[in-house]
Amino acid sequence: MEKGPTEIIILSGKGGTGKTSITAAFATMAKDSVIADCDVDAADLHLILQPEIYHEENYSSGTKSVINPDQCTGCGLCLDLCRFNAVELINGHYIIDEFACEGCGLCILACPENAISSETNENNILYLSNCRFGPLFYGKVGIAEENSGKLVARIREEAKNKAREIQTDMILVDGPPGIGCPAISSVTGADMVVAVTEPTKSGWHDLQRLIEMIERFHIRIFVIINKYDLNEIISDEIEEGLKEKNIPVLGKLPYDEQVIHALISGKSITEFMKEHQLTHELREIWNKLLEMDH
Amino acid sequence: MIIAVASGKGGTGKTTVSTGLFYYLKKYHYNPVQLVDCDVEEPNCHIFFDARQISYIPVTVSMPEVDKERCTFCGKCKKACAFNAIVMLPAANFIEIVNDICHACGTCLYVCPENAIREIPGQIGEINNYRWKVDNDFSEGRIKVGNTLQTRVIRQTLKYLQEEGIVILDAPPGTSCPVVAVVTKADYVVMVTEPTPFGLYDLKLMTETVRQINIKHGVVINKAGLQFDPLYRYIDNQNIPLIGEIPFSREYARLCSEGKILPAEDQKLGKVFGNIFKNIMNGKGSH
Repeated sequence: MEKGPTEIIILSGKGGTGKTSITAAFATMAKDSVIADCDVDAADLHLILQPEIYHEENYSSGTKSVINPDQCTGCGLCLDLCRFNAVELINGHYIIDEFACEGCGLCILACPENAISSETNENNILYLSNCRFGPLFYGKVGIAEENSGKLVARIREEAKNKAREIQTDMILVDGPPGIGCPAISSVTGADMVVAVTEPTKSGWHDLQRLIEMIERFHIRIFVIINKYDLNEIISDEIEEGLKEKNIPVLGKLPYDEQVIHALISGKSITEFMKEHQLTHELREIWNKLLEMDH
Repeated sequence: MIIAVASGKGGTGKTTVSTGLFYYLKKYHYNPVQLVDCDVEEPNCHIFFDARQISYIPVTVSMPEVDKERCTFCGKCKKACAFNAIVMLPAANFIEIVNDICHACGTCLYVCPENAIREIPGQIGEINNYRWKVDNDFSEGRIKVGNTLQTRVIRQTLKYLQEEGIVILDAPPGTSCPVVAVVTKADYVVMVTEPTPFGLYDLKLMTETVRQINIKHGVVINKAGLQFDPLYRYIDNQNIPLIGEIPFSREYARLCSEGKILPAEDQKLGKVFGNIFKNIMNGKGSH
């Protein structure tokens, strides 16, 4: 049986470690991958890849309840039942706090006056686009929206379909920070995780929680220590700790201000400084990663 | 006065700012000050203090469980569940509630005509309280690895805020529901950014968020010094007050990497944090 496309998720636990810059460099080197930005809270990859959007759609992530004041008799049952404390009594009127409501619909079912209805959120946006390295799919989660995990799942699904359609064997996913709902949604069923960390106590603390999360899903994980020379002692400690956990380090990258200049000019590191040491090391990391896929 | 420290982008220096502000206020301010780490997925504030944990409160929710003896596989619970958390195969006598997707809303329990669903407490996280120096005024929420109910852990953590003095909330990164759960509690939001295209883009998202919720806000630029004018132009055009700038230096990066609090290490920065606080208290902010 032919092997499907390999889906590689780039994660970090802690934000700001360089996930997106490294994903962009991978996209440059992969040549014909499908690229997905699943950091839907703050999708930044498109700032480097500067794609042309060919499809944009509002994506519903769920519903929220709304009380019709004309029908409400003020019995207060909804307030008693709501587990999210989303029903407020203000000046004698029952009102649903749209930021707190998680859209479970219990109040709608329970209201004896049928005074509560659900409103669909259309605040999430899905973008399908093409960039110079291939198709790029990303999203933008509406303010205070629930279920960003659902949008993440949708973006990955679109990316997989596209990969099959254009017969490419690689999907690169820039994941969200953290280890909660969107991060979990970005890794379930994936082939490999590349975790980008930095030599800080916070980076190491967060990476360990990320590893614990990934291992629950039995997905292979590899680590890149970015900006390792900002604190070589902690960088060594992380390497040592990873050895104990049997997690391979793909490579260590030095801190370099040029990365920011590449970003400002809308280019990936490997495009912006073709003969730079950083580019060579990224290439080595990329080749190691490809070997791991076999 | 509740001050939330937030940023759309991760790694801009939220924790640097919230721990620095906490340190500064404890040292120079007479009011009681509390720091609450609300970044429950990756709480880092504790790394910056040599603090002793003094108590622990488990965060639990009531998770539903199906009594298979009573269940008639009528499917009402599955139909009512807004989160598709119920898997049911009547032919195989199989029904299960997927804990990782379940929001513990109680709807299935409510609709079940057979009383076949009961709830059992399930732990989703914890709240840790710490003593730093002499006071017990630092705590954190921490979600259990693998759990997805981060907003619930945050809401629970926010129940323990002190009522007087100053409260500093270290928010999670992003702009979605967990962040909103934190900033809606605040009287003022400090938005931390950095002078890069990512920093600017994510600041715009954060600004939209705080404007929609209508909370007073100002910007702190971390790693300042890099020439990236669009950020300054944006802040200027949008009339968002710049309430402080922390210059970039490799030395600061090293201090932060080791869990050192910047104003404790460098007097110049004590002044920066003093000014940030002064600006907040003087009401320097836009809506």
